[in-house]
Amino acid sequence: MAVNKEMAILVVDDYKTMLRIIRNLLKQLDFGNVDDATDGSAALKKLREKEYGLVISDWNMEPMTGLQLIREVRSDKKLKKLPFIMVTAESKTENVVAAKEAGVSNYIVKPFNAETLKQKMVSVLGDF
Amino acid sequence: MKDKIKSKLDEIRADHSETVPIGEITAVVESILTSMSGDISSSDFKLYHELEVLALYIDNAKMEIASLRPDEIQHEHIPSATDELDAIVVHTEEATETILDAAEKLEELAASSDKKTAATITEAVTSIYEACNFQDITGQRITKIVKALKHIEEKVDALIAAFGEQVNDGLGEKKKADGATKKKDEELSEDEKLMHGPQLVENAQSQKEIDALLFGDD
Repeated sequence: MAVNKEMAILVVDDYKTMLRIIRNLLKQLDFGNVDDATDGSAALKKLREKEYGLVISDWNMEPMTGLQLIREVRSDKKLKKLPFIMVTAESKTENVVAAKEAGVSNYIVKPFNAETLKQKMVSVLGDF
Repeated sequence: MKDKIKSKLDEIRADHSETVPIGEITAVVESILTSMSGDISSSDFKLYHELEVLALYIDNAKMEIASLRPDEIQHEHIPSATDELDAIVVHTEEATETILDAAEKLEELAASSDKKTAATITEAVTSIYEACNFQDITGQRITKIVKALKHIEEKVDALIAAFGEQVNDGLGEKKKADGATKKKDEELSEDEKLMHGPQLVENAQSQKEIDALLFGDD
């Protein structure tokens, strides 16, 4: 099934420059319907108010981290199947294992490039 | 004598509970040594000697710590370093925003360009976006350093509290340390004495203020 490029994507990061970079890279991939949030709790609120097709989230944020966010998402009946990509500078094995156990769909290590973002999105959403 | 020492120890316990300042311990050891009288066995003498060495060691440690000027670390160096690091985060974020503004303008140009030019512009702009990742990474690394500095600051606070007023006021060896600093200053060239590096925004003078200093208000 073709990927709907009109779907809403939620980008979560506490660095506004990072939000802007990911938003611009998504725009280059023709995904223009992008919202953002600066921590897990703000993201969770948005996810419960609107239907999103993908979450791209940082890990290291306060007060709610990306790991806490994915756990909340996976334990929510309505959100549990939502594709979720973690984008983070945390690259230790224990981090990746914890994220996998929490149910992330994919994991991108910062700094990343546009090609990596596209590849991970394709692996989660299907070819576009 | 035993009663006197016991009474002193009880007094210290009542005043300080579990944590006893080093100065108090030194005083007790010294009072034990100075109040010794009567028959002293060779093993007692050895023990008293060890205690004397210990008292001397503690006193020297206090002087050495005082000469390191922990009060300066606490009040000047660490706050200054954390301010500088915070400023780096702010400046790199501002610079990144400016770079992104310019990249987005270039991307708009791509839309009105021919296909080949548009592809070249988009590729270049993508590289700029990718490179701007650095700001996030730098910010996170600096945050870690600031946390480490704050941890050191807490340890210095605890050290100063444990060693008491002599270290806190920088007394004792303070004058010696001042002398050493002065000598170091004398070794600096005129240029070196003037170089302080970039100032924090709130301390820096604006171009307008500098122009006013150079050329007056007109």
